[in-house]
Parts: sequence; structure tokens; C-alpha cells
Amino acid sequence: MPAASSYAESAQRTFERIEKSKLNAFITLNKQQALQTARDVDDGKVTGRLAGMTVAVKDCITTKGLQTTCASKILTGYVPPFDAEVVARLRHEGAVITGKTNMDEFAMGTSTESSYYGPTRNPWDLTRVPGGSSGGSAAAVAGLESRMALGTDTGGSVRCPAAFCGVVGIKPTYGLVSRYGVVEYANSLEQVGPIARNVPDAALLLDVIAGGDPKDSTSVAEADKVTYTDHLVDDVKGLTIGVPEEFFGEGLDKRVEKAVWDGIMTLNKLGADYRKVSLPHTKYSLSAYYIIAMCEASSNLARFDGLRYGLRTGKDENWHTTFSRIRAEGFGAEVKRRIMLGTYALSEGYYGQYYLKALQVRTLIKNDFERAFKDVDVMAAPTMPAPAFRLGEKTDDPLSMYLADVNTLPVNLAGIPSISVPCGFAGRLPIGMQLMGKFFDEPLLIRTAYTFECNTDFQKLPEGF
Amino acid sequence: MITEKDVEHIGSLACVDLTDQETELFAKQFNSILEYFKELDGVNTENVEPTYHVIGLTNVFREDVADESLPQEAALANTAKKEKGFIKGPRIV
Amino acid sequence: MDDEVIIGLEIHCQLNKLNSKLFCGCSTKHHEAEPNTHTCPVCLGLPGALPVINKKAVEYTIMVGLALNCQIAEHTQFYRKNYYYPDLPRGFQITQYDYPIAADGIITVDTDGHERTIRIRRVHMEEDPGRLVHQGSIETSKFVLVDYNRSGMPLIEVVTEPDLRSPKEARRFINKLRNILEYLDVFDGSLPGALRVDANISLRGGARAEVKNISSYKGVERALLFEISRQQNMKRRGVKVVQETRHYDDERNCTITLRSKEQAEEYRYFPEADLVPLSVSGWQHALKEKLPELPDAKRERFKGQYGISDNHAKVLTAEIRVANYYEYVASKIDPLLAATWVADYLKGELNYRDRDIRDAFGPDKMVYILQQFRSGVITDKGAVEVIRTLLDEGVSPNGEPRSEPQDVIRNKNLARVESDVTRTACAEVLKENVAAIADFRSGKAQALNYLVGMVMKKTRGRADPAEVNLLLRELLECT
Repeated sequence: MPAASSYAESAQRTFERIEKSKLNAFITLNKQQALQTARDVDDGKVTGRLAGMTVAVKDCITTKGLQTTCASKILTGYVPPFDAEVVARLRHEGAVITGKTNMDEFAMGTSTESSYYGPTRNPWDLTRVPGGSSGGSAAAVAGLESRMALGTDTGGSVRCPAAFCGVVGIKPTYGLVSRYGVVEYANSLEQVGPIARNVPDAALLLDVIAGGDPKDSTSVAEADKVTYTDHLVDDVKGLTIGVPEEFFGEGLDKRVEKAVWDGIMTLNKLGADYRKVSLPHTKYSLSAYYIIAMCEASSNLARFDGLRYGLRTGKDENWHTTFSRIRAEGFGAEVKRRIMLGTYALSEGYYGQYYLKALQVRTLIKNDFERAFKDVDVMAAPTMPAPAFRLGEKTDDPLSMYLADVNTLPVNLAGIPSISVPCGFAGRLPIGMQLMGKFFDEPLLIRTAYTFECNTDFQKLPEGF
Repeated sequence: MITEKDVEHIGSLACVDLTDQETELFAKQFNSILEYFKELDGVNTENVEPTYHVIGLTNVFREDVADESLPQEAALANTAKKEKGFIKGPRIV
Repeated sequence: MDDEVIIGLEIHCQLNKLNSKLFCGCSTKHHEAEPNTHTCPVCLGLPGALPVINKKAVEYTIMVGLALNCQIAEHTQFYRKNYYYPDLPRGFQITQYDYPIAADGIITVDTDGHERTIRIRRVHMEEDPGRLVHQGSIETSKFVLVDYNRSGMPLIEVVTEPDLRSPKEARRFINKLRNILEYLDVFDGSLPGALRVDANISLRGGARAEVKNISSYKGVERALLFEISRQQNMKRRGVKVVQETRHYDDERNCTITLRSKEQAEEYRYFPEADLVPLSVSGWQHALKEKLPELPDAKRERFKGQYGISDNHAKVLTAEIRVANYYEYVASKIDPLLAATWVADYLKGELNYRDRDIRDAFGPDKMVYILQQFRSGVITDKGAVEVIRTLLDEGVSPNGEPRSEPQDVIRNKNLARVESDVTRTACAEVLKENVAAIADFRSGKAQALNYLVGMVMKKTRGRADPAEVNLLLRELLECT
């Protein structure tokens, strides 16, 4: 196909591809508005750092006038009257917003199978999951259905699908990006992050979305001083890379282990030093993470009762009966599991045993990183312990699904930034390497990832794309 | 040990109706998940401060300035049942 | 009836002097607005919207804490109180739990002549839920109408220790608290919904009931009286009082149990991670400087500066507006006279009409009335008549009194009659009441009072009763 001669034509082709796609990466398309924006860019009426570029937005990020469902039945037909701060920033920079991407219901999952709108498929192998929970965003980018995408990362939800789909995903430092308008799942852990086919695009998107926001008390102005694209520098000389041994533990796929070690050796050849480090509390991340996330979720999802917005079916009885029925109909099994376990863990007599304990363990995990980062500049590890699994493989066993997040969770608990970059293949399935940094050290992560990308050749398109 | 009765009680607190099958399944799954979480019991957290806020901010405020509110129409645009500008909800008792 | 009554109060006051809500920029001025016109994504609880703390609300709460002699916490933070209810848009209320902003205070309350110290357990900030409108009563309404204009209104909750011993004392406590908050200019207690009270009540040794939803000043005393007699009746019948939450029904003046299966009180408090902790104890020094003179201090000053009685000083300083009114009048005319007329007559007439000093005429008019009285143009009865007339006429829609005091004096012929007119009236009365004269002469002193009354009647109150008394005696003695 010849290159498109205008943004409008390019956007038109993107929508043709999406409409024919088998990936099920989108829940709601924004075709009319997107094509109008593209035409406005062509006409010079709209400009900006993302002018004319197609960007897909995860469906838990609020978009004014465009249905936002979090892939849940309970938000059927919900059209927000406001934009998330990150969406406002996309619009301000002239982005062509293609639509709202599929995800695990309320971002609770690792496979995008818990969506009310059906699972998204992995562009590299349609019988496999794209990872989650931002599976639609990563699949859309890998499958050329958008140039870039926004995901959210609460326990790995940007990095996991980025790794499974062979693209780049960034989980920023907690507070770097405004959460205003991001539907909350576990608000002390989550951040919006860019997903793109290469590090420069990811850095560009981060430049646009990062920065303090007076509407989010937990955001900081750190990014206002930095231009991430200025750090697209092919040079890692003199860096020390830490290799946390706990991330290479039991259950790690041999092909993944090898690909990641090859990646570390590549950086080593490019002038970076490496050394093993220990993060002894890593093994408790899973329990600590799930307890915190479930507790927060039980509260965050209490607002969905059908009264003000969303699903309101059936005949009204008294309010508790009515709310309980609507919530039973509107939430899927995994959401019910998490909010119920969270409710249980926060209830009187259990708070200390679960929530408080988990927050204390969080401190220990954070301290581990702080200690290790005294000796190293970045850390490298497998993003996921194995390549993409098959659809349905883990849906009957929640715990086995949770275990897949073992390497991504510590980063969210510690609040630090991380980037997942493609570092190899297991058969035809991509493998991701995650680089982790100190608080607000995204510039160094971007430089390291960019250097790796410049000197390797894992940025491939899936077969048939 | 979580019983099916406990699950029903939690369901009521969480405002979620459960079918008998769900209650049975959740009781089983909750027990295995909570069993896993028990690993934290072995971690020594004496004198360890809990991390509520990972980047340690304090004192973030807004000034006391009144902004525009949503027009009533926008505020109620997603509401299924409404009456005379009110949201119509199920009865209390 | 000898059971000792133990009452603790949780008083919620809207900081309705703020411009905007506690966590969003919606205006607090919505008392006469259409429903759901003062909302935004934050106070409607739309998914993704985030709260941000109103700085001035924190300052106001610290001021309240200082005025109630509390300790201001070094570290304070917000929590989520999780429960479901149609008026609560997020399914949790943002409030405080551990680490309230202020704690351990005291205030004194006058109870029938003696002062009692009531301990304040804590003062904290929280957001108001929306407003529910029922069709008929809450128990029989087929549905509920919800207005979120009130959602997110800044509240302070003042919690007392169980130190109150009677409904009357509870009402006095609440009045005092209201007065202090109005002195601080953080609260206007006259606005609808400005104050709501939950009360814990028990008879010594018995279980306590929590009565919720008391939303008027008068309701507090009524609800408590009802609940105490309910508990006493149960005790008399040998029925055990159970610990429970009851709902006060203002219209029917009773407390009722709301049976609903969610009643298990499980709030699952945990810290609100969308807000960061506060470290604001350092503000208290500057805020202390800004604190106005409070009722107790003003009462002492009035006694010293104006030489007025403690009782007058107490009445005049209870409400800031009365105190200001008095000080204006006292600056223009004898402070002792001013105290009597403002504290006894004006306040008395206002109380009789169940009205506020804001509904009265301006202090400049009071000064004029007292000047006319002092110079003998009108009698004290005439002055009272001017006050009553002005109060009954009320104010015109532009807020001005409908008449000036001089109009009232003229129109009602209140100017004191000359002595010869009085003398003529006395003579006439004596002529017309021969029997009373005989009574007086036979030693019945009250016959003179009767005759004075008749003269007053004849002069339509414009004669000075003291003068009439003298004249009558004089006339009786010469005949």
C-alpha cells in the first residue's frame, strides 16, 4: 500500500484496518471525531506535538462525550461529561484519538479476558492472550491499529501486554502523570503509561502526558522540568545495571531467562557494567499487592450502583436490594472476587492482619529498592516470567493468573518507574525486558531502552501485519 | 477458614448478590487465596511504618474559589431515572 | 425520674461561609437552587474525578479547634468511611478517623445559674452527603429523590465526651457552639441544613441509643426528651434497652428504628490515598492571632468596660450580632441604659417573636428611641411600643425598616402628654371612681394602682405612671 498522502487518509486507513480486525482491541471507536481532527491537522487548524498521530486510549480513561466502560457491563452507555487530564493533553497536542481500547474489567487482570466485551487477541498468535490489563492498547499498537496508546499500570498492566505484544510500555513514577479522570482500581498504585512501537514514540507520548495537575493531589510537577525526548541518546557507557536475582526465580521460562540475559549482555557490550543485586522481600510482593489492590478496589468500585450513571435494570425494591442486584448483574466474576476479598480484608478485626501488614511489607519492598539503587543506576529483569499464554489457560484458577504478575508488581509497590522493551522471541512470541529506575529517573530509563533498541532488532511486526 | 455463610455476609457488605454457585465457588477460591496471603504472617514488620503514600507528599491544597458547576442537564445526562431535576432512587425501607 | 441521663453529642456544622465545597470548586451557595445544579464530576462521584482539599476549610477548622481550646494535631489525614447509601455518591465518605485535626478541648456551658465544663473529644473535617427527599415519611415512601447540591459541602464534626446531663444542657451547649462558630465567622447557623446532630443517650447503667438526623436547634431538646422517656418507659416495664441507631422524625417528634439488612455497622475505615497527609500544626500560631474576641472574653470585657451586670453581659455576648449591636448603642448613649434596653426589652421582644437580631431595626434607630426616652419625649411604655411596632412591621423587601421611630411616635401619638393634661385626666378619673377612692381611704393600697391604670387608659399610655401616681396622691390628699 502506498504511503498515505494526508493525515486524514492515514486515519481512514487505520479505521479500515480496525473494522476488519480480528483482535477485538477496541470497545468504542471515535471515528467521526478522529477523522475530523485528522482533517483539521491537514488544514493546519490543529497543531501540536502529536498532530495527526493516531492514539488509542484505554477504556478506563475518561473521555468527554465518548463512552467509557472499563470493559464492564455496569458502565454500559456511560458517557462522561469531562476529559481525563491525560486525554485533554492528547487533544491539546493534536492527537487523533482512535477509540477506547479493550481491557480486563476495571483493569483487574493479566490477560484482557475478563472484559464484558470479549477477550482481545494477541496479534502474534490469535489463540493467545495479549496480556493485560491494557491488552487492547498493546494489541492495537502491535497490530497497527493505532500508532500509540495509553494504558494504565496498577500491577503491570502496561508492561505485561507490552511484553506479550512485542511493543514498548512505560510505567511512570507514581505521581508523574495525573490520574484525574482515570477510573480508579487501586489508586495508591496506578499510573497512566504510554505504549508505542518504539522508544522514541513512547518518550514523546510521555512528554505529552507527564506533569503536575492541580486536580490530582498526588501528582507532582517533576516532569515539567524535563523533556523526555531529549534523552533519546544512544549511550549507556559507564552505567551500572543491577540484576535482581529474585526476578529470575522458580517458574521462569528458560527462553525468557536467556533472552533477558542476552539483553543485559548487549548493554554490557555497549559499555554498561552489570552486577547482581538482591531485593529480598520481592517474594512477598504478590500478597502485599493483591491485598492493597483488593482493599482499595472494594472502596473505589462502591460508587457503581446504577443510580447516577451506568446499568439500572429491573424493578426497584429497597435501595440495598436494588443496588446489590444491579452490582451482581453488572460486575464480572473477577471484579466480584476482588471487591469481596477487599471488603473482607478491611473489615473490623482483619485490618491489621491484612491491609496494615501489606502496607508495612510495601515499605520493606520499597526499602529494598532504595538500598539496591545506591549501587546501581537501573535494574533489568524479565517483564513476564513466560511468553503470552493461551486464551482460557488461567481463567479457572485466579491464583495462577495472579502469579503471572510476580515481576511487575514490586515496581508498583515501590512507586518507581519501569519500561518494558522487546528483547527476543520464544518461537514467534515476543519477550519483554523490563528496566527499572529510581524515582523520577525516567530520563535514564529512556536512554537505556533507546540504546538497547538502537543496537538490537526486536522491533518486528507480527506475521501478516 | 471462610464458610459459604461468611461469603454471603461479605457479599451483603459489598452490596453484591450472589448465586448459590458463586457462593460455593468463592468460598473455595477465597480460602486458597487467603491461604496464600498467610505468607505475610511470617514477615517481621515490627516498627516498620506502613507506606500510605509512596512519594511522601504533604499539604496539597486548592484555594477557596468557586468554579462553574455542571449544568443540570449534563449532571443528569447518564441518569436512568430522574424526576423534576432529582435523581430518582429506590426506596429506603 | 431519678435516672441520671448521660448524653454525648456529635454535631455537624456546615462551614457555609466558605465559597466552595470541601474537595471541589462547586459553590456552597445553593440553598434556594434547583436540584443538581451545583455539582461537578468530583461531588457527583463520577469515575476518575479526584478530590483536592480546600485550604481555607482547614484553616477554619483549626480556628474552631483553637476556639474550643483543643490541641491541634501535628499530623492529620483523611480516611474513607465505607458504606452504601443513595445520598453518598462514591459509596464512601471522605472524613477523618485516626489523627483528627483537633482534639481534647473544653467549653463551658451555663446551666441554671452554674457553669459546667463540657469536654470536647475531637473536631474533624468531612464532606456532607447529598440530600434525600422522601414522599411522605422515610418508612412509607415508594422511592427517594436525590439532590447532590449538598454533596461535598464542608462540614466540621464536633464530638463531645458524654458530659451532658440533660436535654436542656445539650441545647445550651449547641447554642454556645453555634455562637462561637458565628463569632469566628465560619458558619451561619440560620441557613437550612447548617447544623445536624447525632446524640448518644443512655440512662446510667443502661445501653445507649444513637439518635441520628436531628436537624434543628429545637429538635435537639425534643428528640432527647422523647428518647429519654422512651428509655425510662422501657426500664419501668422491665424491658432492656438495646444498643441501636434510631432515626429522629422531626414531624412526628419521635425516634424510630430503621430496619434494613445492611444495618451492620462496618465502615471499613482506611486512609484516603487520593489526598496526601497534612502537616499544618504550624499554622495555629498565625491563626491564633487572627482569632476574634470570643464570647467568654467579651462577657468579661463588657462587665469591666461598661459596668453592666454579669447577666446582661452574658445575654449581650451570646451572639456576636447582639454584641455588636449593643456596643454600637453603648457608644452613643449610657451603656447601662443601653444594656437594659438591648438585653431585656429588645432581646425579649425578639425572643417572643422567635426572631433574630438580624430581623430587627438598626442600632442607630435604637439609639434614637433611647434618646427620646431619656429626654422625656416618650415614656418607657412609649419606647417599648415603638420597638414592638418596628419589629411587627418588619423590614421591606429592600431590607429597610418600613417606618422610622419618629413616624411611629407621631402616628401613634406616643409623645408624652403635658402635665396639665395628666392632671385633668386624674381629676376626671377620681370623679368617675368614687368607690375606689373610698377603698383607698379605708386602707386598700391596690385601689391606687387601679386608679393609675385608669388614668393610663385615659391617656392611652402616654402619661408617665410615676407622675400619675404622684398626682393622684396629691389630689386624694387635698380632697
